[in-house]
Amino acid sequence: MAEQPLTGYRRPDGRVGVRNHVVILPVDDLSNAVCEHIAATIPGTLALPHAYGRLQYGEDFDLTFRTLIGTGSNPNVAAVVVVGIEPNWTNLVVEGIARTGKPVQGFSIERHGDLRVLAEAARTAQQFMQQASEVRREPVAQDELTISIKCGESDTTTGLGSCPTVSQAVDRHVAAGGTVIFGETSELTGGEDIIAGRCATDEVRARFQAMYDGYIAEIESSNANLLGSQPTQGNIRGGLSTIEEKALGNIAKTGSVPVVDALEPAMTPTQRGLNFMDSSSAAAEFITLMGAAGAAIHLFPTGQGNIIGNPIVPVIKITANPLTARTMTEHVDLDVSGLLWREYGLREAGDRLMELIGRVANGRLTCAEALGHREFVFTKLYRSA
Amino acid sequence: MGQTLEAVDTRTQAPPTAPAFLAHNEGDMVAVAVQDVSPGTRTVVFMDSDRQAEIDVTEEVPLGHKVALVDLAEGADVIEYGVRVALARQPISVGQLVHVHNVRSARWQNSR
Repeated sequence: MAEQPLTGYRRPDGRVGVRNHVVILPVDDLSNAVCEHIAATIPGTLALPHAYGRLQYGEDFDLTFRTLIGTGSNPNVAAVVVVGIEPNWTNLVVEGIARTGKPVQGFSIERHGDLRVLAEAARTAQQFMQQASEVRREPVAQDELTISIKCGESDTTTGLGSCPTVSQAVDRHVAAGGTVIFGETSELTGGEDIIAGRCATDEVRARFQAMYDGYIAEIESSNANLLGSQPTQGNIRGGLSTIEEKALGNIAKTGSVPVVDALEPAMTPTQRGLNFMDSSSAAAEFITLMGAAGAAIHLFPTGQGNIIGNPIVPVIKITANPLTARTMTEHVDLDVSGLLWREYGLREAGDRLMELIGRVANGRLTCAEALGHREFVFTKLYRSA
Repeated sequence: MGQTLEAVDTRTQAPPTAPAFLAHNEGDMVAVAVQDVSPGTRTVVFMDSDRQAEIDVTEEVPLGHKVALVDLAEGADVIEYGVRVALARQPISVGQLVHVHNVRSARWQNSR
């Protein structure tokens, strides 16, 4: 990344993004329709429809609203139009995003209707688009970027090639002073002691262990047979036999640096370095949480070919599986299958990934962006009231 | 099966210098096929030491699947990455395919 000047968008709160989206954000499922109409009316704006936001309570409410506010606050977002069914919860989201200092305006539908909201909110969206068009890229330092990591549709080639390649990027980014977030709580099973051993302090270790134990207790309390879901059918087809084997491959992407913090889902890191976040391993849920935490770029090693994208976070796919690289070329940003055949080593693969991160930061579209993958999925903790 | 796309040719063309298997650590009991491997004497490279060894493979091992590097008794720990990743469901001989039919998780106790 050092070989090319890195550029990004510096937001009023000082955080640095690599995209300049104007987002039309529904507070709840009822507001999806008008948000999509606003985005259709003002080209270039991005509606983020989702399924929740009604009758939620307690921790589940907190997580949904943290996700909404975090997404709007992400430095890849220039400005936000927020639309909710009623004004109170709409204002919660508007006020949360306004703390970043970026342009944000809320609209509520009751006593106005979709069509009046459409007319007013589209006018604001137009202004935000024109303002955003004048925000210039400027030189930024590598350590100003937050990078998130998670693999998907793993197989044995992820543990051998694509995850160790990401590990190179993690170690280099952290050495440069940057921030990295990983998670996938249940997919650490069999290697959780390794992560606990890497926690920087006893206090972080205790919080990590409590998060891990709590997640596993929740899964086990279901009494479900997890075979068929962990490992997934794709994992098994790719040669992974157990959750432990999958976990060791997963951990192979986390570098060798200490774990400096254990974050609740969708929390923004406050410490530079490698942060753990308590999170689902389902790709769309995970990257949505990462976007809410402020990730500017996501690194996604895949074996069998998970095709995930995200509306606001560019997702870079890396595979070491030669069959996936050949049959799913349009989804693969970086092919490191030569690692399996000993054609080059990890350092070279790491160099290639760092160079690609720099290009994506500077504006190159990832495969998922070019293909229009915009998976945006909330983590729901329990059913609504 | 309701799948309409024509099946792709899944054969991989590894260069002649490529090993048949990679093992993560010295002491691991399984290694991963990095190309489709047929029975016969094949090479294994240990990634932590760069040591190369030979193994007599007795079954087809597709790309990404594992072969046993040692004989495993029923119930034995299966070591990969230097740690236990599975238990043997049944006796497994060196050179055999190792997968969900003959190993299982030691951790998900409901998932047998």
